[in-house]
Amino acid sequence: MDSFLEIFDIFLLEAMINGILLGGVLALLALGLNLIFGVIDVTWICYAELVMIGMYGMYWIVQYYHQPYWVAAPVAIALVAALGALLHFLVIEPLLSGPPINQLLATGGVLFVLQSFATVAFGIDFRNLGIRLPVLAFGEMHFSYSRLLAFGAAAIGMIVVYFFMKRTYVGTAIRAIAQDRQIMALMGVDTRRIYLITSALGGALAGLAACLLVLQYDVHPFVGLSFGPITFLICVLGGLGNFVGGFAAAFLFAEIISLGGLFSDLEWGYVLAFAFFILMMFIRPAGLLARRQ
Amino acid sequence: MNQRTIVYAVIGLALVALPFVYRDPYPLHILILILIWSFAYTSWSMMGRFGLVSLGHGGFMGIGAYVTALLWNHLGVSPWIGIPIALVCAGALALVVAYPCFRFRITGHYFVLVTLALSGIVLQVITATRDYTGGSLGYTPERTKGNHIVALQFDDKTTWYLIALGVWAAGIVIWHLVDRSMARYALEAISEDEDAAAAAGVNVTFEKLRITVISALMTALAGALYCQYQMFISPDTVSGIAVSLQMVFAVVVGGIYVALGPTVGAIITIALAEGLRIGFGTKAVGWDNLVYGVLLVLFIIFLPKGILGSLIERLTAKR
Repeated sequence: MDSFLEIFDIFLLEAMINGILLGGVLALLALGLNLIFGVIDVTWICYAELVMIGMYGMYWIVQYYHQPYWVAAPVAIALVAALGALLHFLVIEPLLSGPPINQLLATGGVLFVLQSFATVAFGIDFRNLGIRLPVLAFGEMHFSYSRLLAFGAAAIGMIVVYFFMKRTYVGTAIRAIAQDRQIMALMGVDTRRIYLITSALGGALAGLAACLLVLQYDVHPFVGLSFGPITFLICVLGGLGNFVGGFAAAFLFAEIISLGGLFSDLEWGYVLAFAFFILMMFIRPAGLLARRQ
Repeated sequence: MNQRTIVYAVIGLALVALPFVYRDPYPLHILILILIWSFAYTSWSMMGRFGLVSLGHGGFMGIGAYVTALLWNHLGVSPWIGIPIALVCAGALALVVAYPCFRFRITGHYFVLVTLALSGIVLQVITATRDYTGGSLGYTPERTKGNHIVALQFDDKTTWYLIALGVWAAGIVIWHLVDRSMARYALEAISEDEDAAAAAGVNVTFEKLRITVISALMTALAGALYCQYQMFISPDTVSGIAVSLQMVFAVVVGGIYVALGPTVGAIITIALAEGLRIGFGTKAVGWDNLVYGVLLVLFIIFLPKGILGSLIERLTAKR
């Protein structure tokens, strides 16, 4: 993998395709957050920090226990899924009847905890897996395999979640609760169990994202801050809890970042994306795909 | 003159007299920091107490600090003019972001996430314009060779203590003015039910916008003061999501619905951070935030009114 910026600088088309590849991972992140929001009506401010813990998990298993990547990935996914369920059990559940803003602030506290836990436990060094995937040359364009792999895995992950939601009993129950949380309890669905399963599923998606991101980025305790805000923006832009909207917004954002980064520094790509977001709040305040009143 | 006024006057005088009696620089430095941050936290709580939870205040603070410092270094504009310009910038930004939010009824989670984007933008812009702002490495206003008052740079801790005390007291006064005004009832009604408040004749958008702008202006002033006092700012200490969350944490711990709650929060957080730093040195890196985070979660679950809020509630209940 070449340095992240160098790949960007060559061609417009290349930047666009790289944008699509980036969009895959962002869509995966947004999907997990949307799932939590849509079903439990809670925003996990610490979502990106769960991803960070997953990345450390990957690093630890691969570098310390010398396991291959393919063994480490499921373990890391399970770890973050367990963490997601634990987060719901310990923090969200006691607050479920309280004002919704308290739940959000409590997860803000968890953000502090996870970040400083990583600082205390692993130090502030940048670490990476030491796995370097080759770069695919297609004509004069270059794509790193890690991005292609990330896009592919994200796509598979999303399809699996789609079928889980559509074809299984639990998935149906989750979708039903998202529509009306009071009535479903009366229909004999154990909402507590469904909430826990949803949280674990959201955590698992964060874990999957962690496995993919760790191939492209070094991990350090504050890595969450570099893609956390963008994930929230994508969810809001798509409409919180709106899966299809989040999906579309992820690719839109990725293209803006990627193309913006082509003309200038990568930070300006982000600034452009943020500015676009605020502009969109004027035009479509309830999300990209929401019906206008 | 009733008893209460006398008590306040005595406490006020004692606070003013403190630096003339007690001149140890380190405790004074901590006190100044506590006062400046208390002011910032108070300005956050002006909105926060009405359910307008903003994570964009890190952005306002960053604008206050950076605009003042940039004007001074690059154009030689005195902070006396630079700070008002910075306040205008922060106020304008607050209007631009908050107006659509309130106009289109973006509340709750949405509002938090939109304001989160705001602090993200300010942080990214500061980092991206590193040729001017020094990026993540931080930025230092140039030491003045001329008049200290024009440059608003004092080496003397006593002067800074008095400035910070004055600004902090002004913040508490503004809090009380809002608390006694009609706007408070309007905003409380809005935080309960926007539609009902609108039906009762409250101009929802205007009321929310006004408190947001007041809050943003105060936060920007806190940022500018912090910059002038510390003479060093970096994106991590005055802007971004971490600073915004730090404000939320301090206010929630101190007590969001009482005037001195944010101040108590600032005392606790700064004392905790300094205590850990002195006690454990570099080994303590990260531990203060770990404790903050755990405390924040515990407080929201078990003591949502904060330390001071719960204390006052218990005392008044006994009477």
